[in-house]
Formats: sequence, structure tokens, C-alpha cells
Amino acid sequence: MCNSVLQVDVIIPTQTKYLDLIGSIGEHIAKDLDDFSGDREALAYHLNLVLTEATTNAIKHATLMTPKDTVRITIHIQDNELNIKVYDHGQGFDLETIPLPDFDQPKESGMGLYFIRTLMDSVTYTKQSDCNVLEIIKYL
Amino acid sequence: MKLKLEKMNGYSVIYIQEERIDAHNSGELKEYILHMIEHGEVNIIVQLEGVRFIDSSGLGALLSGYKNAAAKSGKLALASCKQQVLSMFELTRLNRVFEIYTDLNEAFENEA
Repeated sequence: MCNSVLQVDVIIPTQTKYLDLIGSIGEHIAKDLDDFSGDREALAYHLNLVLTEATTNAIKHATLMTPKDTVRITIHIQDNELNIKVYDHGQGFDLETIPLPDFDQPKESGMGLYFIRTLMDSVTYTKQSDCNVLEIIKYL
Repeated sequence: MKLKLEKMNGYSVIYIQEERIDAHNSGELKEYILHMIEHGEVNIIVQLEGVRFIDSSGLGALLSGYKNAAAKSGKLALASCKQQVLSMFELTRLNRVFEIYTDLNEAFENEA
């Protein structure tokens, strides 16, 4: 059976204190899914993590450019597809050039996108006329 | 970042008293550990029992502590990780870097 349509649209200031709020929304959504036969606790953690990492990236990009900026996050579920979009107004980056972490010589940064790519089914980053969009899809 | 520091068995034990380590408080944790190491407290156990969420910046803060302690011939080990927190160390293979103990007693027995 399909989950009914769910749409969440949040705009936050570019401040890390809001990461808990954004992550918690993902966690609650996972726990409240109507029909999900997988590991619900794991999905809740993963959505919390992915939303936290994606929002952190957007905040970092924005803070460098315009500190009073906002970050918009949308979460949409329809037909067993969970779609997350995080909009930033920074310079943007090329997702394809971000390497995998070096597990033999681990570094303190660079693990966030690795989590998103590993735990979700599709990740794209596109530059639009007035913003950049990180789109993450997870099939439920 | 709420935490508590106790000296036990020659170790500085940091009890993290937050449910969540993310980019909002990981910088503070990293600086706290660095400050300890600079003041000669190089044998550290981080007790993570109360932590139910850690992100990449939290892992990075602990890795920074590990590297800086090791550079001064010390050690930073972890104790009492919840399963989902532990899975983050496994996903990044950082479980091969850190000694991760079930609890403080196991840490003291093995580090002695």
C-alpha cells in the first residue's frame, strides 16, 4: 500500500541551532510512516542524519556569502518515494568531484556527503538561476 | 555542549551530557578536548551513553581528539556507545581507529 501524500516545507535562519529541529522532523516522519516494513528505527536515524548533514552544508555555504540568509528544506512523500530538497544560496559545488573519504587515512571532514550518498538512493545537486538545490531521494 | 569531566584510574573521562552531537556543538567539544590535551591530559575516555545521535562533525571532533592525543603519546578511547551511534563509526570504518568499549570498566581493564 502507498503512503498518503505528505509535504513539509520549512525555512530556517542559517544557524546551526535549528539542525535539531530539522533532524527531528525527519525522525518523526520515519516513525509515523503508514506502511513501512523495513527497520523503522534505522530509517529514523538515517533521515535525521541526512537532513542534518544536508542542512549543515547549506548553512555553511550561505554563512560564508550572506550571513542573514535562510535555508529552505522540503520533504515530500508520495507513492513510496521520499524526496528531500535543500535549497542554498551559496556558490555551489560539483557533486561529482567530491571524493569518497579515505578510510585508511581518515580526515575530520568530508563524511557528510558520504553519509547522504550511502544511506539514500539518489542524490543530485543542481544550480538554478537564484539558488542551488540538493535533491535526495529514498525509496520506501 | 554539556559535559562532565572526571579523573578515574589515570584517565580523564568525559561524560557527554547531550543527546545529540552535531555541527551546533561539535566545535565546542573539539576545542574542549584540544584544551585538555594541551594541558597534558592525553589519556581520555569519552563516555557516550547519553548520546543517541552523532553526525559527521561529531565524528570529526572525536577524530581530532584521537589524533591530537596520539601525537602526544596519549590515547582517546570511547565507551558505552548506543547501537545507532556505533553504526556511524562502522559506516566510516572509524571503529578500526578508535578503541570502543562496552562500558568504562571494560575500558579500564583493557587500557591498564
